[in-house]
Amino acid sequence: MRGKAVIAGVGHTAFGKLPGRTTDSLNVEASRKAIQDAGIDKDAVDAVFVKYPTSQHRSMYGQTVAEALGLQPRIGGVWDQGGATNISMISFAAMAIEHGQCEIALVTIADNPKTGTRQAYERGWGDDAVHGWFGVAAGYAMIMRRHMEEFGTTHEQFGAIARASRRHGAENPHAQLRLPLTEQMYDESRLVVDPLRRDDICLVSDGGAAVVVMSAERARDLGVPAPVPILGFGQGQTSWEVAQRPVLTSTAAEISAKTAFAMAGMTPKDIDVAQLYDCFTIAVMMTLEDYGFARKGEGGRFAEDGNVELGGGLPINTSGGLLSETGMPGMQLVIEGVRQVRGTSVNQVPDAQTAIVSNQGGIMHTHSTLILGR
Amino acid sequence: MAAEVPLPEITPLTEPYWSGLEAGELRFQRCGGCRNAWLPAREECPRCLSDDASWEASAGRARLISWVVYHSAVHPSFADRLPYNVAVVELDEGARLITSINASEDELSIEMPLTLSIEQESGVSIPRFSPS
Ligand SMILES: [Zn+2]
Repeated sequence: MRGKAVIAGVGHTAFGKLPGRTTDSLNVEASRKAIQDAGIDKDAVDAVFVKYPTSQHRSMYGQTVAEALGLQPRIGGVWDQGGATNISMISFAAMAIEHGQCEIALVTIADNPKTGTRQAYERGWGDDAVHGWFGVAAGYAMIMRRHMEEFGTTHEQFGAIARASRRHGAENPHAQLRLPLTEQMYDESRLVVDPLRRDDICLVSDGGAAVVVMSAERARDLGVPAPVPILGFGQGQTSWEVAQRPVLTSTAAEISAKTAFAMAGMTPKDIDVAQLYDCFTIAVMMTLEDYGFARKGEGGRFAEDGNVELGGGLPINTSGGLLSETGMPGMQLVIEGVRQVRGTSVNQVPDAQTAIVSNQGGIMHTHSTLILGR
Repeated sequence: MAAEVPLPEITPLTEPYWSGLEAGELRFQRCGGCRNAWLPAREECPRCLSDDASWEASAGRARLISWVVYHSAVHPSFADRLPYNVAVVELDEGARLITSINASEDELSIEMPLTLSIEQESGVSIPRFSPS
């Protein structure tokens, strides 16, 4: 399937605090922009894949969005893998197109936890709340501690990841947080759930983002101006909760990446730029290792050596990622991957031919990988 | 009024766990089919899918897998305990659970041996651990 499907168009809303905006409206705005970017007629869309809004779960939400878009799709609905959903839906769309189930798919996501509720991220973990075990951040902190203890990974090395995203985001006019992070600022950043500091943790954002997927052939026929070929995709899942997970320091991101690299006929050395899901810096650290950019336990040194900054061997999160551009769970990373391959990023990696994007959800439970290139 | 610690919702499935703690023992489930041991309570063994599980008492020895220290309270009932730790431990019998450790942070390191200590939290017996 390598190169048979393309991302034909991308679109997103403003990011940050968007009071008064519903997720329905944010989905429609992002979709309208993606359809315009693809240069196609709205009514040509015959599939609508929607990520449910995490902060406000609604039954049959795929139908709500399709109705708001005035579409009667052949395939439509909501998929739930947390942050891994975006790339997974893109890959399901590509497979459905390949098998004649639909022709032009819209994949869209929106949420408004900043003006709405963050409760979904702060609830207690069932009966374990009696121990004070609350919140998504603490789950990531539990994994981060094990990584630090097992491999000697340091705060400074996590800081190098945060500094790269924040440096890149500062150049992005759409970014919610345009404040470069110095080593000193990171060191002085308050501990939230030790070992996690404030600057290891992503933003909370309202916003929407969407992409249009179709076959490369259809994109040629329709004269889509800047289609970006999908070279590979994959998924993987680590189903255990953090407490029951036999190994804390590696995840099924490894399987997800392996599947995507095999489909693309590529290895990590072939990647020019990476957009790695940075809900917390530990997620990036483990993705660098699980994807094979660094050996297990050596992600810290890889980051510290400047590889992940613009000008380094593997620039990451060139639009700022979840730490700086928007805390939205993941579609913005796909959009930045598209911009890099098109050559239109504000932090363009010179002559980038290939981009990899990681998405993940839960506490590193679900993983999906996308390889784009020309 | 101060916020109250959220207490477990005891169900027929989890009742043996909580009554075990009241009786002074930490119980886990063991599969009659494949001998797998686990927590928290579930109806089927996730390894062989047998529904033939029974409760056993742990000898109370464990090792530390990882821990975190809350410096801000996600839930208001823990605000006056900051900073406090929450840990993952593995019992010698194989089951893993969320708990907390009676020690200051600089005493903690992964794989350190721990001993069970059943304590009261808002009228409920819960398992905690101390360095062995
Ligand atoms: Zn079994």
